[in-house]
Amino acid sequence: MADFLRIEHIRKTFPGVVALDDVSFSVASGEIHTLLGENGAGKSTLMNVLTGLYHPDRGEIRIDGEKISLTSPRDSLAYGIGMVHQHFMLVPAHSVFENILLALDNVPNLFNRKKYQTKVQNLIDEFGLELDLDMPVWKLSIGAQQWIELIKLLMRDCRLLILDEPTAVLTPQEADRLFAVLERLKNQGKSIIFISHKMREVMQISDRVTILKKGHSITSLKRDEFDENKLASLMIGDDKIPQWQKNLQMSDEIVLEIQQLSVRNDRGLADLDSFDLELKKGEILGIAGVAGNGQKALAEVLTGLKTASQGRIMAKGQDITSSDAKKSYIAGIAHIPEDRKSIGIAPDMSVDDNLIMKSFKNGAFSRWIFQDKKAIRRNANEKIEQFAIKSGPDGTPIRYLSGGNIQKVIIARELSEKPAVLVALYPTRGLDIGSAEYVHKVIADGADQGMGTILIAEDLDELLKLSDRIAVMFRGQLVGYVDPRNTTREEIGLMMSGEKQGGAV
Amino acid sequence: MKLVTERREISSPLLRFLTPIGSIAVALFVAGFLLLASGVDPLAAYKDIIVESLGSMYGLSETLVKTTPLIFAGLGVSLAFRMQIWNIGAEGQIYIGAMAASGVALFSGIDNHWLMLLLMFTAAFIAGGSWAGVAGFLRARWQVNEVIVTLLMNYIAILFVDYLVYGPWKDPKGFNFPLTAQFTDSARLAEYFDTRLHSGFFLALFVALVLYLFMERTVWGYQIKVIGSNPKAAQYAGMKTGTTIFMVLFLSGAIAGVAGFSEVAGLQHRLQHGISPGYGYTAIIIAWLAKRSAIGVVIVSFLMGVLLVGGDSLQIYWQLPIALVYAFQGLILFFLLASDFFVQYRIKLVKGGKYA
Amino acid sequence: MLEILLDATVRAGTPILFATLGAIINERAGIINLGIEGLMLIGALAGFAGTHASGSLLVGVLAAFIVTFLAGSIHAVITVQLRGNQIVSGLAMTMFGIGITALFGKGMVGQTIAGFERVAIPLLSDLPVVGKAVFNQNLLIYFSFLLVFIIWFFFYRTRWGLAVRTLGENPAAADTCGVPVNLYKFLAVTVGSGIVGIGGAYLSLASTPMWIENMSAGRGWIAVALVIFAGWSSPKAMLGAYLFGGITAMQLRFQAMGTTVSAHILQMLPYFFTIVVLVVSTMRLQKGASQQPESLGLPYDREDRK
Repeated sequence: MADFLRIEHIRKTFPGVVALDDVSFSVASGEIHTLLGENGAGKSTLMNVLTGLYHPDRGEIRIDGEKISLTSPRDSLAYGIGMVHQHFMLVPAHSVFENILLALDNVPNLFNRKKYQTKVQNLIDEFGLELDLDMPVWKLSIGAQQWIELIKLLMRDCRLLILDEPTAVLTPQEADRLFAVLERLKNQGKSIIFISHKMREVMQISDRVTILKKGHSITSLKRDEFDENKLASLMIGDDKIPQWQKNLQMSDEIVLEIQQLSVRNDRGLADLDSFDLELKKGEILGIAGVAGNGQKALAEVLTGLKTASQGRIMAKGQDITSSDAKKSYIAGIAHIPEDRKSIGIAPDMSVDDNLIMKSFKNGAFSRWIFQDKKAIRRNANEKIEQFAIKSGPDGTPIRYLSGGNIQKVIIARELSEKPAVLVALYPTRGLDIGSAEYVHKVIADGADQGMGTILIAEDLDELLKLSDRIAVMFRGQLVGYVDPRNTTREEIGLMMSGEKQGGAV
Repeated sequence: MKLVTERREISSPLLRFLTPIGSIAVALFVAGFLLLASGVDPLAAYKDIIVESLGSMYGLSETLVKTTPLIFAGLGVSLAFRMQIWNIGAEGQIYIGAMAASGVALFSGIDNHWLMLLLMFTAAFIAGGSWAGVAGFLRARWQVNEVIVTLLMNYIAILFVDYLVYGPWKDPKGFNFPLTAQFTDSARLAEYFDTRLHSGFFLALFVALVLYLFMERTVWGYQIKVIGSNPKAAQYAGMKTGTTIFMVLFLSGAIAGVAGFSEVAGLQHRLQHGISPGYGYTAIIIAWLAKRSAIGVVIVSFLMGVLLVGGDSLQIYWQLPIALVYAFQGLILFFLLASDFFVQYRIKLVKGGKYA
Repeated sequence: MLEILLDATVRAGTPILFATLGAIINERAGIINLGIEGLMLIGALAGFAGTHASGSLLVGVLAAFIVTFLAGSIHAVITVQLRGNQIVSGLAMTMFGIGITALFGKGMVGQTIAGFERVAIPLLSDLPVVGKAVFNQNLLIYFSFLLVFIIWFFFYRTRWGLAVRTLGENPAAADTCGVPVNLYKFLAVTVGSGIVGIGGAYLSLASTPMWIENMSAGRGWIAVALVIFAGWSSPKAMLGAYLFGGITAMQLRFQAMGTTVSAHILQMLPYFFTIVVLVVSTMRLQKGASQQPESLGLPYDREDRK
């Protein structure tokens, strides 16, 4: 097979980071080539180089053997390279049709609306999808939004399709459907670069796998040269992974109970719709569900960022929904937020200052109206040592720290007051394996000491490994509980799409 | 060939220090062409500015007189900046503060000097604060854009003061000029060295010091900094962002209001039309140039004081409109914004590419 | 009586309408422009000077457009290419505009020109009540009617318009679709500024055919607030602008009738009402889907890592 695209010795640096260093890689026509690597290995950066968003410092890109230079997405599109980004490139307020139309080439400024609508509709029908062209995108499920992204590329007749972790927002069944479409495109002679860190999928669809690690391309293997174990060991290499063990010590004491809770979003729709949940002492309760089914609202109610329109929250049997007790109770819940940089920290302030964000008014850190700078420093020194935070010189703004170290600062702050309940929303998103396992260890250790954890994650394997029970959410409602020791991915998948009810465990 | 930009790792402190100075210099250079175009020799004009504002004891004292309200207003605006709140209404708050202080001076009938000044100060503080507090309340409660509200309230404040000095508060013995009667001696601040320099200047320095301690040493200052750095994180940590937004805008307006007190009690000794020639707008530039520091506000206020006194002399000697100072300030900001880019980014030349 | 009031409403509302339309084009592309007040003044002076020098009103209007287009390009370069703070740059533009027009307008003070005259459209202008207000106006007012339609058509019926709207919502989406982001943003800011300039020229060529220092008197700021009231849509901008035209017309009418209320108090009304309208329309924005462009005010850096 002739290589459609070949890149050689690519290097790309960002302020303070070498994101890619001497990366080489190629993809043939009619091939699905998987890029495998943990978070931070440089997969997305490499793809942004291919789509012309980033400009590499060094290295060559060749298409059909001819050396080219990509300085903007227009260049890449002209060469037939298109990408479905992990953060969708859609305008929520615009209709499906408007989003697709902008992606089309050679549309005259005064275009014939009917003609283009038919054209798009034909493609949608060809793939047996159901999309209302006049619907604004924000009304669609995340899964449907991903199809729009794919249609944008297909309408342009791209020769190379790049998909960045496309299954993160899909149920296992939806993922299978996507794979079927990819197989079909491959047989039409298209090249596909598939990015993932989920071993199962990689085994299922890849013709070739290239492993990226810390910005280097380690090796490329053909279909018959790899198996799951080999890929995993290549991906992790000799990294130190924190070890932890989970003990089953869930008691029957209920520490937090949510009854019939409803939350409305900015657009007046229900994010949570009569949602129920029970959390026991010392339990790790996993929440499974396709992104956008109310997980975020659940976390936000429990962090006090949103208020419920109806329903009750009970702490140790007491109704705290609408009393002052709620505020102080919620203040006592520890949180690991989803988007750590955007809501977890004050980026321009030092590690010292960030560590006291929840307790700055405490007697420990203040005298009358003044801050006790010495105590704040002392606290920081303790925490930096205890959690092995690499914090840079004193007073360095926290935004210069790596993602893993920022997460450690947040964990140190949240767990410092021995909370009874922890709400963790996608706590390992974007972390490398070492840091992610560290977060798991902290959660498991907390459970040993009786802390109940609500763990919201998108990776089913993560949930199955860590949880004592798994609750499945769909459209803001609780579908049911499953026991991770005797359930299947398929069962959870069906519950996630609302097709199967679960039992109570 | 194509130019691409890249963010620098950490911008160099030297560059960050040099850019404001460089911006002023380039703005001066460009403004020179504007002067040339209107038939004025820029070098001679610049010489006049320096000589008039710094060349004599009297000139220096006049510069400090103009620096005084700029420090107050600049501190007010910069306090709001710390929280990423835009108080564009310092001008109106100065007017309202001046009005409140004048009301006390004219109608309270108090003889005691200290009591009188204290009441005038308090009235200006509360009035300026409430004026800005309206915008603070609207922003905190309904997310109403505070830039537009504070700005529009400037027009209302100025018109209201005009209403008073042309109407009910007009001095009956003032030959129909738009001004009130003169304050009694008990309502006047002390003056020094036979010049117009008054104790308001030292009050301004004192307020700068208090504000510095407030921001850097107290739990409230900490809270404001967290909210300014990331309001979502602050909310999530349980801080009351809404209340703080209101309090900060109130305080911001209150400090600007004190500028009004200082102007009427220290300088004008009466309320009149046009009590502030745009100090409140200059304050925005001061706050932006000073970045986040109270000391920076004092220094930049002095530079702007030089410019204002110089502007007066250009009006007298060269018949140039006083609004020219605005054009100059606008230019400084333009060049400062442009130079910020070069502090933060590097530019690279890249080969190839079909499209830009 | 009503006829006269309607006529005065349209006349007083038109400069604000132009300014609001220009601001909408800026904000649709994601750029906040607080320099509207300064740009209006620049347009007013350029328009007056152009007409004064050439004797032609058309030349004046073109001069206003071109000069404010150029002035707007300062804001465009700073906010688009150099990713500077949009609020500060806009304020700087307002200050610069006030100062520069005071300087260069000195020679124009007291000069006179022949301003825009009414052109009655046959038959239509004889309609009762609205006939005079809508169909017996000057050419600039007719042009403003046309412009409202053109801008609406551009945004909702052309691909360029779709691209510009996408810039305000999610510039990265436009970028990955191959839209030249910076070029389009630059053009939105400069063309929008040029239209603001025509609003300024209306003041010095039609409202009062002369140059007066600082003659925009806060109308630019009212326009900035009206953008929110109008929900970033040009037909609603028309409604908003005439609402303020109406308040101004009524206030002038009161003064002419010799009311005992102070002129200063009456002059506050438009500003006061702008604040009220701003609060009400912002409250409305909070409920339901917001029409505010999502990336409004944010600089776009392709390589910025989130």
